[in-house]
Amino acid sequence: MKKRKSLRFPWKEIFIYLSLALSVVPFYIILNNSFRTTELFISNPFSLTNSLSFHNYVYAFERMNYLNAIFNSFLITLFSVTLIVLTASSAAYFLLRFKWRINKIIFAVLVSAMIVPFQAIMIPLVSIYGSLNALNNKWILIFMYMGFGQPFAIFLCHGFIKNIPLELEEAALIDGCNHVQSFYNIVLPNLKPILITLLILDVLWIWNDYLLPSMILLSPMQRTLPLSTYSFFSTYSVDFTPLMASLVMTILPVLVLFVLGQKQIVKGVVQGAIK
Amino acid sequence: MSNMKLHKKMGLFLVFAGPALFAFISVLLLPLIQGVVFTFTDWNLVSDKFSFIGLQNYQTVFRDREFIAQFLLTIKYVLYSSVLSNLAAFTLAYLLTSGMRGQNLLRGAFFLPNLIGGIVLGYIWKFIFSNVLTQLGKSLGIEVLSTSFLTHPQRAIWAMIIVTVWQYAGYLMMIYIAGFVAIPQETQEAADLDGAHGLSRLLRITIPLMVPSFVICLFISISRGFMTYDLNLTLTNGGPFGSTQLAAMHVYQKAFLAKQYGIGQAEAIVLFIVVALISVTQVMLTKKLEVEA
Repeated sequence: MKKRKSLRFPWKEIFIYLSLALSVVPFYIILNNSFRTTELFISNPFSLTNSLSFHNYVYAFERMNYLNAIFNSFLITLFSVTLIVLTASSAAYFLLRFKWRINKIIFAVLVSAMIVPFQAIMIPLVSIYGSLNALNNKWILIFMYMGFGQPFAIFLCHGFIKNIPLELEEAALIDGCNHVQSFYNIVLPNLKPILITLLILDVLWIWNDYLLPSMILLSPMQRTLPLSTYSFFSTYSVDFTPLMASLVMTILPVLVLFVLGQKQIVKGVVQGAIK
Repeated sequence: MSNMKLHKKMGLFLVFAGPALFAFISVLLLPLIQGVVFTFTDWNLVSDKFSFIGLQNYQTVFRDREFIAQFLLTIKYVLYSSVLSNLAAFTLAYLLTSGMRGQNLLRGAFFLPNLIGGIVLGYIWKFIFSNVLTQLGKSLGIEVLSTSFLTHPQRAIWAMIIVTVWQYAGYLMMIYIAGFVAIPQETQEAADLDGAHGLSRLLRITIPLMVPSFVICLFISISRGFMTYDLNLTLTNGGPFGSTQLAAMHVYQKAFLAKQYGIGQAEAIVLFIVVALISVTQVMLTKKLEVEA
């Protein structure tokens, strides 16, 4: 048996490594050429860089206002995700544990809203918040993410709270906890695994989102990372290699995150899809 | 918890569910309702006055040859990219659960594109299609590659499909891997004892047991395909000559560039209904399969 295995033609390995090359080469080409000049890139995109010149990076860093953009992205993601996680978990708890008939209706509306594509809302959204003079404001955008994030987040927590034994909470209530205390001390710690899943999915969504912020954040100083990448590309479209440096810098933060928490991220993304 | 006083219950409702529902209603529910109502009017974002015009907007949408053509193009894009990405994903998942050396690292590498937004992926592949592949085609003498896919009206949609497959294969692969791992060891061993190896085991045992994973993956790729916007914007921007403008981008152009808000909104509702029908079918299929399993 063992001999046969070692002698067989390694078609599996060949297939996997060919696919791997297809999957990674685009990133490699961008990274390699981000250290070269546009003339060299056009004459031969494959030849290796012979210097680690960060000239393109400095240029892109300044022109795309990188620090400002990454700060905006960070702030918006942090606040939106925190608000979604806190408000959705407590709402799911209420909808499940307090037996009002209307709770079932509210939950049904929330779940159905999960299938609404953003395109069906964006036109009235811009019109309503435009007429309230509420555009061009980070905090309004954060509030919008908080609203758009609810259906999926409540759905996810609802399914999970169902499986937490009621006795724990009842014991806490008998011991003199009120509902708010019993939620924060008993329910929330038990929700940790599902909240991590939710956190990962929402961070990836909000960090990479383009369409919604492009309609809300109008002034250059408000731009998030995807917005500033887009405007950098539209303004400096002739000089290719600084653009590549900007792509590398845009990818870098998520890449760091992925290296740090690959297992959790993959688990979260799969959980979110299966649920 | 049922014998609590009503006003106390109301208070708890406001504390626990108030913030969530307030945000949900003001950014999602109300705009959606307004959006649906406005498709039956001659509303135009600027003036406050509008009157009901019945189904006129929808009639305009279904008579708009350009919209119909782009909707059909979207269906073509969705079909090809879903079938191909699922095929690639299943193959990768099959091979990367067979105990290959370094399989966790390999899985991570294939998954990587899914962490990055469509805007960035579109730009990366724009360089690949217009500069790198053309250079490769010229130096190797491959005719097809020597001119960019992105400047060719028939081939540009394939650029979209290729990048979509490249991106989603690694994501769907992870879901298929979860499916493979969930097949009980005993089932595999029993199949082995009964003489089912290799391909026949894959076809007769593994694939039937993985039907739920197929349903999830197909529907994820289909419904996301219909909403593709970011990649469309930066890879082809709908071009050349509008040959790759997908439905979601058409809605945006109609509303915000052509300023035909009512018609753009009606198109968005058509898109919504299509996506909703797909999702409802998925839920029903999944329930049916759960009963049978």
